[in-house]
Amino acid sequence: MIEIKDVHKKFGKNQVLKGIDLDISEKGIFAILGPNGSGKTTLIKAVLGMVIPDSGKLTVGGIPIKKSWEYRDQIDYLPQIANFPPNLKVSEIIAMIKDLRNRPGDDKNLVELFGLKPFMSKKISNLSGGTKQKVNLVLTLMFDSPIIILDEPTSGLDPIAMLHLKELILEEKAKGKTILMTSHIMSFVEEMADEIVFLLEGKVYFKGDIETLKNQTNQVVFERAIAHLLTQENA
Amino acid sequence: MRSRWSYVYFLFYLLLSSVLLFLNNDLSKAVITLMNVITILVPLIGTIFGIMYYYNSKEFTELLLAQPIKRSSIFIGQYLGVALSLSMSLVVGLGIPFALYGLFQSNEIWDFVLLLVTGTFLTLIFTALAFNIALYNENKIKGFSYAILLWLFMAVIYDGLFLMSLIAFQSYPLDSFSIGATMFNPIDLSRILILLKLDISALLGYTGAVFQKFFGTGFGLIISISALTLWVLLPVMNIHRKSRKKDF
Repeated sequence: MIEIKDVHKKFGKNQVLKGIDLDISEKGIFAILGPNGSGKTTLIKAVLGMVIPDSGKLTVGGIPIKKSWEYRDQIDYLPQIANFPPNLKVSEIIAMIKDLRNRPGDDKNLVELFGLKPFMSKKISNLSGGTKQKVNLVLTLMFDSPIIILDEPTSGLDPIAMLHLKELILEEKAKGKTILMTSHIMSFVEEMADEIVFLLEGKVYFKGDIETLKNQTNQVVFERAIAHLLTQENA
Repeated sequence: MRSRWSYVYFLFYLLLSSVLLFLNNDLSKAVITLMNVITILVPLIGTIFGIMYYYNSKEFTELLLAQPIKRSSIFIGQYLGVALSLSMSLVVGLGIPFALYGLFQSNEIWDFVLLLVTGTFLTLIFTALAFNIALYNENKIKGFSYAILLWLFMAVIYDGLFLMSLIAFQSYPLDSFSIGATMFNPIDLSRILILLKLDISALLGYTGAVFQKFFGTGFGLIISISALTLWVLLPVMNIHRKSRKKDF
């Protein structure tokens, strides 16, 4: 579905992506991991066409994304920081995004699930961080697209919402979708991900499933295995 | 946010033109006063609204960028949203009092139409310039100051430089130079267009005669309208170009 070939990106003097090669052809849940500033979000934004790479090739569903925008109809994207126009009501923004996508969205069930009913007529600027993230999730997951990209989906969520989120992600996986996500919560990643993509200093450092990673690093605990990857590099 | 302020802007023009008409009791005098207001205020409002709108809707823009929408249509759409609502406020706000005063029975109608046309042009030009500045500057404070500087330069400083160069080179024939220099500043261009249309060019002395010869003809009018159009098109094309390459 998503093919990334030798993608470079520089912000000023800061070389963030140094030749990323990644081929995500299967369905399932892929977790992109890496220390802060390793280029996770930049990579995701490059796939979405929000960041324009200096060199390299990106294709989504076999179509090169350069100068194209129609392919974004196949992607549901959850941004890391939920920035919505603060003067809009929750219901207004949901209606607006539905209108933009020109597709029916299944927002009612999600609103119900996350308990957002009492917030529907409130302005976004009056919501708490966790509630904003719930709105963010509703906006992302209400469409039925083959690719889902989640950038830190768990941030600010309470335990119940977290449970719902896990169920939702597994549901989407069962529908045969490709799900790409980043997270710093290792237990969440271990529970959910089929495959790990570990980014380090702008390159793909490891790609494979969790078992392979554990074997390769001789660690039993997943968290340790990740830490091992990091210290190995530094040693 | 945007709609609320454009109502205020609309009410301001409504009030301004009503008061001017009431005090002057004469259409053409009111047009002259309005011209002075328009050539200074319209660019200022266009610049500030443009830059404020861009920075305020930055989050929204990022939300839209992840949706299946063409990039250029997001930015051109935002630009047109601001520029057209400002132009509407201007045209309707000035139009209503003048229409009530009996504009359509008077001879000044074409002067007034020219005033509205140049006002609209100025709005389009300066909003586009403001969007350009905002696209190139991530830093709000910097972007804001550049925008204000641009307005100050076009509205005040440019005239000063122009005048000084005229004095410095007064022993040379300056006709074509001054006409050329006027073309490079949309504010000057609009002001002179209106002044000449109002037949008060005698006030401008000898230069006025030169200008009258140039701008007073149909040819000059076409040239200046195309110069204004160019002033709109170039920045808008740059918005289109720059927005395709920008990272978010």
